[in-house]
Amino acid sequence: MPRLMSVEELESFRAELRAARDPKRPCLTVCAGSGCTAAGAHDVLAGLRKMLEKHGLQDAIDLKSTGCHGFCERGPLMIVWPEGTFYNQVVASDASAIVASVSNGHVPVEKLLYRDPVSGKRVIHEEEVPFYARQQRVLFGNNGKIDPKDIKDYLHVGGYAALARVLSSMSPEQIVDAVTRSGLRGRGGAGFPTGVKWKVCRENPAPRYLICNGDEGDPGAFMDRSLLEGNPHSVVEGMIIGAFALGAQEAYVYVRAEYPLACEHVRAAIDQAEEYGLLGDDILGTGLKLRIHVVKGAGAFVCGEETALIASLEGRVGEPHPRPPYPAQKGLWGRPTVINNVKTWASVPVIINRGPEWYAGIGTEKSKGTMVFSLVGKINNTGLVEVPMGITLREMIYDIGGGIPGGKALKAIQIGGPSGGCIPAKLIDLPIDYERLTEAGSMMGSGGMVVMDETTCMVDIARYFMEFLEDESCGQCFPCRKGTQRMRQILARICAGNGTEDDLPLLEDLGWLMKQASLCALGQTAANPVLTTLRYFRDEYLAHIRERRCPAKVCRELIFYEIEPTLCDGCHACVHVCAGQGILGEKGQVHTIDRAKCTRCGACLEVCQPKAVRVGTGELVCQN
Amino acid sequence: MPKLTINGIEVLVEKGTTVLEAARFFGIPIPTLCHDDGLAPASACRLCVVEARRGLEAKSKLLAACSLPAEDGLVVHTNSARVQRARQLLIELYVATCPSSKRIQDLASAYGVHECRYEAEHETCIQCGLCVRMCEQQMMAGAIGFAGRGADRHVSRPFDKTSERCRQCGACLYVCPVCELRCAGPAAESTLCNGCLNFAPVCFQSYNDAMCFLDPCHACELAGPLRPDVKIKTRANATVLSGEKQ
Repeated sequence: MPRLMSVEELESFRAELRAARDPKRPCLTVCAGSGCTAAGAHDVLAGLRKMLEKHGLQDAIDLKSTGCHGFCERGPLMIVWPEGTFYNQVVASDASAIVASVSNGHVPVEKLLYRDPVSGKRVIHEEEVPFYARQQRVLFGNNGKIDPKDIKDYLHVGGYAALARVLSSMSPEQIVDAVTRSGLRGRGGAGFPTGVKWKVCRENPAPRYLICNGDEGDPGAFMDRSLLEGNPHSVVEGMIIGAFALGAQEAYVYVRAEYPLACEHVRAAIDQAEEYGLLGDDILGTGLKLRIHVVKGAGAFVCGEETALIASLEGRVGEPHPRPPYPAQKGLWGRPTVINNVKTWASVPVIINRGPEWYAGIGTEKSKGTMVFSLVGKINNTGLVEVPMGITLREMIYDIGGGIPGGKALKAIQIGGPSGGCIPAKLIDLPIDYERLTEAGSMMGSGGMVVMDETTCMVDIARYFMEFLEDESCGQCFPCRKGTQRMRQILARICAGNGTEDDLPLLEDLGWLMKQASLCALGQTAANPVLTTLRYFRDEYLAHIRERRCPAKVCRELIFYEIEPTLCDGCHACVHVCAGQGILGEKGQVHTIDRAKCTRCGACLEVCQPKAVRVGTGELVCQN
Repeated sequence: MPKLTINGIEVLVEKGTTVLEAARFFGIPIPTLCHDDGLAPASACRLCVVEARRGLEAKSKLLAACSLPAEDGLVVHTNSARVQRARQLLIELYVATCPSSKRIQDLASAYGVHECRYEAEHETCIQCGLCVRMCEQQMMAGAIGFAGRGADRHVSRPFDKTSERCRQCGACLYVCPVCELRCAGPAAESTLCNGCLNFAPVCFQSYNDAMCFLDPCHACELAGPLRPDVKIKTRANATVLSGEKQ
């Protein structure tokens, strides 16, 4: 492929590409994002390939692996184009039915269509699935259409058009102005206005650097990963536009080493863009230079913090340093650096293509555009969700997420990663934007959203997150290092039924201190899970302390197992699984649990067919 | 020259000055545990936090004065209620970590911290990093450094062996704010009596009780105050066994 030497050449190449592709030609796209890969997408791909070859259709029907579609709960997913027939939970053995349906006039395979859980009807297209219906997939929309390893696919759907546009008709100042007017705010968590950051960087002398922050470390979050895996060119294009606006010639993509596929796809995207003359020494013949390097993170949560990330890039210990000076003033190698999240970079081409006014029209007064959440936990439709800012939690949980499994009640939603806060079910009508989440004691964060139902103990959850943060605190500044340690100790004490009421104001004081006096955002937000659970679920803490009772029946030291004699059929199943030989009773007779021997592992509960094993809490629990 | 406001007083300072240096120059005290004039600021102990509002920002923030550049239009309060509360809570946490350090006890008494709600930990290090920076920036040796992360983070020698670069100068011990003899003051039941002994830094390595990166020295071997068989006199004339732990 010869390098594209001008904007016109790019456009004529795109026109050639479009002309060469028959829009009516059938194409099977299988999601090969991490979720679907784990669910067996590659087996499906192999099955389909084999079936196409068997019928000699490999030249008539295209087969493609794409990035994440978001509906990971129902994976592996696939779409049959040009009809857009959406299949879910496909297995390799379905390949013959699918290929047969495509070659026989596109009659959808009934059993692979998504069944609406409310109406029970099968739906054909992706957008008719309730999970997708309320979404606005500005960044993720192309994930299901393109092969992330093929730049031609990206060009085919209009990729690099924004780059062509800025190179031919916009000045760097106009780009910064457009980003400012779009109201785009950093998608990494803090929500700092991107345009302001770019402006500050431009005011400082060159050389300037760009960094794409792909060190997504939140448990249960995979937005950045899916974007890098599924549409890496959108990020690369955003960075090239940024480099033009900021006069940078070197850029870095910092990706977690735990994301091998993301690293591979970004590298491939950069290589292809260089090959096509969209990146490198003379971008589209305009003389613009940019090199993008991919750097793998070594696995520290704190390296997602921008100053720690820069330290890690420079080869130093990944510890944050105080701001000011901000990276936009003094960042990588002491030079002005713009560091933005993966989704922020990917938003830039969208803003250029569709105009800042269009982008600013989405969302609320201060939070514009769309936000990507990874919806996980006790929710029917696990997956990646892209919604306009300002959508309420109720729409998120019930309309998109499909509600709580097992008919259980919603208890809380934890938003913003491990240091986000837990928002109680009573605030379900809260609109999701930066300010409202902060007011509620949580934060937007990078977009993790963990749904909890009534079987979740809020004290235990606070302890779990504090354990994670204690481990991930870099340990440099005292309030964060000691604060997380002490908080975890106190919470463990409360979970064990040994807490006192004095512990609660102590936790609040400690949380206040960490929020106020810690060096970086990790420490400043680390107390959020504790402070919000104390604010909204204080009664649960008090039940643990005053009554030695765990209302959700989770904390092991505060619960006991017992067998309801009227239900026990003496099948002996529980006796066999009890590792501590804590269940007494002959076969055929009513069993009892010896509480002194019971480790409260719950194994008997799982095997008991007549559901005679019950969990209790609140009585005097024997110590062992 | 940047013009800033500290506690309501407008002051002019040299460019490149930090707020801590500016405040101290004008006689306004700010406590520190990890700061030393000859070393780069670490912003680790957070005791020097001040309430600062920069130019157009709507809200003031607590920022470490030692690394905060004195800029035009900066408004700083070094002793507001918020700062005081943060310092008191910090000191309480410090007392719990290293109850026997004289420096920390003095701070507790100066800032009115009279109780400690945490269990005492008796750690030998608060990770202020003074020793590491002293070794690297003043002694030009870099023989010690930090290893590990979070709760595991600690000052260490490379591969736990004395580095060839170590000249046994003892500067690390000299700057350490906490590796002093554990206080066994006049009132044994209180850890905050402030009546502790103020011994010159000594070598503890052979007793594994505090960090010393030097080889055991002659004085230490002869009269090391932590040797359990040597009796020492306290200021309050109470005799204690120096090896006893509280």
